[in-house]
Amino acid sequence: MIIQLLNGLQLAMLLFLLSVGLSVVFGLMRFVNLAHGTLFMLGAFVGLSTVEATGSFWLALAAGTLAAAVAGGLLYLGLLRRLQPAGPLKQVLVTFGLIFIGLEVARLVWGDYAERLPGPASLAGATEIFGVYYPTYRLFVIALGLAVAALLHFGLERTRLGAVIRAGVDDRTMTAALGIDIDRVFFAVFVVGCALAGLAGVVAGPVLSVYAGMDMGVLILALVVVVIGGPGSLKGAFAGALLVGMAETFGQVWLPEVAGMLLYGLMAAVLVLRPQGLLPAGPRA
Amino acid sequence: MHKMRRAAVRAAIVGAAILGAGVAGTAQAQAPVKIGLVLPYSAGPFVAIANEITDSMALALEESGYMAAGRKIEILREDTTHKPDVAQAKAKKLVFEDKVDMLVGPVASAELTALFDFAHQAKVPLIIPNAGDNEVTGEKCSPWVLRTSFSNDQIVRDMGRWMAGKGFKKVALLAFDYKAGHQLMGGFKKPFTEAGGTIVTEQYPPFGRLSDFGPWLGKIRDAKPDAVFTFFAGPPATLLVQQFKEFGLDREMKLAGAGWLVSPLSLPSQGKAAAGVIGVLNYVPAIDNPVNKSYQERFQAKFKRTGSEFGAQGYDTGKLIHAALTQAGGKTDDKAALVKAMHAVRIEGTRGPLRIDPRTNNVVQDIYVFETELQGDKVGYKVLDRIRDVQDPPNGCKLGG
Repeated sequence: MIIQLLNGLQLAMLLFLLSVGLSVVFGLMRFVNLAHGTLFMLGAFVGLSTVEATGSFWLALAAGTLAAAVAGGLLYLGLLRRLQPAGPLKQVLVTFGLIFIGLEVARLVWGDYAERLPGPASLAGATEIFGVYYPTYRLFVIALGLAVAALLHFGLERTRLGAVIRAGVDDRTMTAALGIDIDRVFFAVFVVGCALAGLAGVVAGPVLSVYAGMDMGVLILALVVVVIGGPGSLKGAFAGALLVGMAETFGQVWLPEVAGMLLYGLMAAVLVLRPQGLLPAGPRA
Repeated sequence: MHKMRRAAVRAAIVGAAILGAGVAGTAQAQAPVKIGLVLPYSAGPFVAIANEITDSMALALEESGYMAAGRKIEILREDTTHKPDVAQAKAKKLVFEDKVDMLVGPVASAELTALFDFAHQAKVPLIIPNAGDNEVTGEKCSPWVLRTSFSNDQIVRDMGRWMAGKGFKKVALLAFDYKAGHQLMGGFKKPFTEAGGTIVTEQYPPFGRLSDFGPWLGKIRDAKPDAVFTFFAGPPATLLVQQFKEFGLDREMKLAGAGWLVSPLSLPSQGKAAAGVIGVLNYVPAIDNPVNKSYQERFQAKFKRTGSEFGAQGYDTGKLIHAALTQAGGKTDDKAALVKAMHAVRIEGTRGPLRIDPRTNNVVQDIYVFETELQGDKVGYKVLDRIRDVQDPPNGCKLGG
């Protein structure tokens, strides 16, 4: 029971790292970057290659995060910004196409085989917690997720840039009218979101396997998180990730026959009862 | 991955050399015997296995200089690209255009149906060097389809009794939710419970979707078994072996399974976490017989790694085919006589004595129970038990024999 709670929490933190960027970008720019999962995969593969070359997990963490940030930046400047006048539908379609391009590129560069990214030696083995042995590395994943959540919360709620982003989510025309270069804000948020996706990819490497196509499963989970939590909201992404992580973990083990349905049932229920999501962004009272 | 690609290049060179030798042979009076290999050489999860089978079969045929009863043996390779329809098209090409005398393939059950149907209708001998689906040498058996590898049931049938006898009375089952998973778990379960064992939990995670064993391992710990019996191969096997240790389950129970769990192909990526696992399989590199010793020496000299069970099956397949061709006096026109010759021969293989059972067309072989252990700073194998002459019951196959 405690193990499953920890498993659920660990999956939730991975999903949070992945979906927070997706969610805030959705809130700011009103379109879903479906290639977000591809950047997650890119981070994992770059991390894998870095570990193979240097043997250092921490270097891999940095390299994977950086690679996803750079790729995200190029993607934004090269494609998505140009497509902005064409409207969100075209942008979504283009990012949808990018999923397949990313998949084939990953196959070409890294091959067809699943490999496990080895975790850091310092976090190998199990630690006793609440009376059970639990993998130390997974405790690190939980801690990292909580730390990033705290950092983002502070950044969004307590800094000027955070205020600008929140204003942008609420009303971007008005924000731009106040003399704020909204395009630069978009760019920064987009790149940070992509970097977090890359970070999630490397962090997921030792828990899941790294393979071409690893992005599809998590992308769907991340989209469910965004819908449940409410687009554009940090708290929503956090709550959504917790719900989805727990539902996925407990559903798999207790109700394996309906585990898939459980998740989408949850999403459907939220859409019917609270179409704006559990903790949507927007003007607070 | 680069290793695999290098292996593929190597295999291609070996293949080219074989083809070259074959072409030289045609200059002689008699046309060569042609064997068509239909394996997934370029795509999918079984490329390494396809190469391992091909390379090892070449080692077996090299011993006779690619000659049987005065006829040259020629190997033709076709790539299924891991797609059933391509597999069937390639088999047709080999039979109708290249006029091969027999087919060897595939690796996995997904492509087997396509090859099976074609071989059965065209009345061409098909030799299966790996896929384990019970039905192919059971209720669906064909007089034209022979298997030199194993049936799923053959691997695990005696393991339940063995484990119950060793004091593993409470066992948890874990395998992917697909045909092979259910065949191997089902084959273990019945004899195990009949021997007084109890299955405390059995879990079948969805095939292909799962990439984390955490939730399943948590549930297994709660069930408090003496051992977990599993069937996994390739990357999921590596993940399971490592996560089993990370969750500290190795302190409380034994990890056991169909031996692919700790295959020589997976050991390098599993590291020391693979030590202390009990496996049951038709082959393990530690088998102590002269044929296996010589096979491993030659394989390791050539490829700088341990030959796996897939390689051993490929080698034994080569030996069996060679023995049958010799038995048939090099005559291959009468395909039914060729199949009869396959039934008639007895060989000493890497796995011990081997023959093809005419009642089912499945191989009769020894099954080995082994354990992995730390040998120096590497994980190696130790044979615990040898179950001799394991033969499948007909299981609905009406070949009679």
